[in-house]
Amino acid sequence: MSDTALTLSAFLSRPAKTTSILPLSVRDLVLNFGETTVLRGLDLDLGPTGCTMVMGQNGSGKSLFLKLLHGLMQPTSGQIRWGENPAEKVTARQALVFQKPVLLRRSVAANIDFALKARGKERTRRDGILDHVGLLDKAGQPARLLSGGEAQRLALARALATDPEVLFLDEPTASLDPASVLMIERIVGDARARGVRIIFITHDIGQARRMADDVVFMHGGRIIEHSPASEFFPDPKSDVARDYLNGKLVV
Amino acid sequence: MVLSGDSDLLEIVVLSLRVSLTATAIACFIGLIVGALVAISRFRGRNALLILMNALMGLPPVVVGLLVYLHLSRSGPLGFLGLLYTPTAMILAQTILITPIIAALSRQILEDLHAEYAEQFRSLCLTRMQTIEALLWDARYSLLTVGLAGFGRAVAEVGAVIIVGGNIDHLTRVMTTAIALETSKGDLALALALGIILLVIALGVNAAVQSVRMTAARQAYV
Amino acid sequence: MLGTTIGASALAIILAGGALAQDQSIIVQSTTSTANSGLYDYLLPIFQDETGIQVNVVAVGTGQAIKNAENCDGDVLLVHAKAAEEKFVAAGFGTTRTDLMYNDFVIVGPAADPAAVSGMTDVQGALTKIAEAGALFASRGDDSGTHKKEVSLWADTSIDPTASSGDWYRETGSGMGATLNAGIGMGAYVMTDRATWINFGNRQDYVIEVQGDEDMFNQYGVIPINPAKCPAVNVDAAQTFADWLVSAKGQEVIAAYKIDDQQLFFPNAPDQ
Repeated sequence: MSDTALTLSAFLSRPAKTTSILPLSVRDLVLNFGETTVLRGLDLDLGPTGCTMVMGQNGSGKSLFLKLLHGLMQPTSGQIRWGENPAEKVTARQALVFQKPVLLRRSVAANIDFALKARGKERTRRDGILDHVGLLDKAGQPARLLSGGEAQRLALARALATDPEVLFLDEPTASLDPASVLMIERIVGDARARGVRIIFITHDIGQARRMADDVVFMHGGRIIEHSPASEFFPDPKSDVARDYLNGKLVV
Repeated sequence: MVLSGDSDLLEIVVLSLRVSLTATAIACFIGLIVGALVAISRFRGRNALLILMNALMGLPPVVVGLLVYLHLSRSGPLGFLGLLYTPTAMILAQTILITPIIAALSRQILEDLHAEYAEQFRSLCLTRMQTIEALLWDARYSLLTVGLAGFGRAVAEVGAVIIVGGNIDHLTRVMTTAIALETSKGDLALALALGIILLVIALGVNAAVQSVRMTAARQAYV
Repeated sequence: MLGTTIGASALAIILAGGALAQDQSIIVQSTTSTANSGLYDYLLPIFQDETGIQVNVVAVGTGQAIKNAENCDGDVLLVHAKAAEEKFVAAGFGTTRTDLMYNDFVIVGPAADPAAVSGMTDVQGALTKIAEAGALFASRGDDSGTHKKEVSLWADTSIDPTASSGDWYRETGSGMGATLNAGIGMGAYVMTDRATWINFGNRQDYVIEVQGDEDMFNQYGVIPINPAKCPAVNVDAAQTFADWLVSAKGQEVIAAYKIDDQQLFFPNAPDQ
């Protein structure tokens, strides 16, 4: 399947867009749930290409940050700009893959068709996409009987079918076996190579090392560090990031 | 009458099924849309509406029958339609009786399913219409059971159809009104036999739906 | 959309249903006693053969039949409560009331006959004995023609049975058949029209205890609904039906209806 990336480019072209939704600029982003402040003033700038890995302990606010970036939630205050656009205007030009794939109670093929139809894309693209993620021979099977790895590849295929300019991944490989993890990483790597901007939450330090161009490290609702991968892994700037990479529990 | 399967009996059974299945179909059409809209919407007064929907599930058939009678009576506001003592009036009464059941039960099912799908759907930027369509389709096998609950209530009730249908022989006599009539004639054996036929029909419909559901469950579509 | 096809086919079925209401058909608001006796099953096909008019019978208690007719939900009223019928005509709801036929009421009771009324022909005397014995008596209690008749018979005895309502006097608030089922279930005396009794299938050990008193005759009348009050009435067909019932032919058919060789209704329409 090593040559499928080339085949894929025949039908998965970068979307023809009028104005890019990149770079991303986040200023003083705050999110409160009632009295509780969960995101405490985030600032972040991301360039137009590459794969950004978002790391940090459970409860550090990574997933909520992703949902704000994707326009699924409204921040309490602060600003998100994708190019010139607020987050809620560009949701349709992005895609999100959850840790637990949310698959429709339909066949594998119908799950792809559903996303294609929702975005007004040609259904003829479906089989190429399924082939790319290695699920073409399962096209007619019920999606919810797939194994964990297959289900996540289907979720990823569905996300890519919509031609996103930005692909968010929220711990997509957290409960998968090593072979499935590598297949997911290969598919995400192919997308990145085609110019899809990747923003990827993970707890898997090995995965982060394999995939990252840069790393955003979060702790306690704050961005502690944003560095190129080449600097973050050998020499993290903060103590919490150093402890996290060393597997120490930080309270 | 029962064993010989004579044409009178067949007529009664067919009319029962026609009236109750039609009422169920209309009630599903209205009830599923209402159930889906309420399931995915948040608005002021929603809780009050939920209480009302659940309460209406317990509408007494006789009350529904009376309300429909008062409207369809020739001296009532819709009397000019000439629908009283027709199968259409019976369909109308049963539709009113079971639409709240369909709406309330489907609302619960669709809301649970929506809880699972909501973020994914927002990520896909689905419109309300697309969301409702997808929820209804994915919940279709669970909703079959909801339809069954409605059909069961419709086909078994006698209070509403006897008032608005009039139990007219060869025109509006259905299983339940025939049972009531035979009971009042003291022909308890025939009444019971008719009751058994009604039960067999209900069993048949339920078995058919159950087998569809089991096929779906094997494919994890439920 | 999932429901669209279902909805469309449902609509088609409804429209087809509406078309069932034929022009040449009338609705008769009638008592349960005539319907349960099987008279209509015998008589209506003959009438339809002659005239082509389809007669649909709604069988309810006389009280409800009159109220339905006052709501214009019928073309002909055929009940047995003369006073109420004359009031109905006087109020303008009906055109004319014509005596049609009569049958008679009987009092049925368990073979054990706890009030020892078996064989009596004096109905007031029998009712008095029942009351004095405190034997159970099941009344329709539903404002029907039969109930009205029963109330008027009690009135002649100077006993007020409703004072013992719930004790030995049991008002079922139901139709004739349901009251018979209930009365037989509790071992009570029941006043019923003879036609219903002859046709009744759940008699168990019950027999006719009291019969033959002229006070127990049960006069039926036929009244076409007045188009002046109810413009939607099918006037011609309704009049045709009423006229046919009181005609020599109609009266002959009524007299000819028998179960177990017993004549159930005795035609007594005035000569046309």
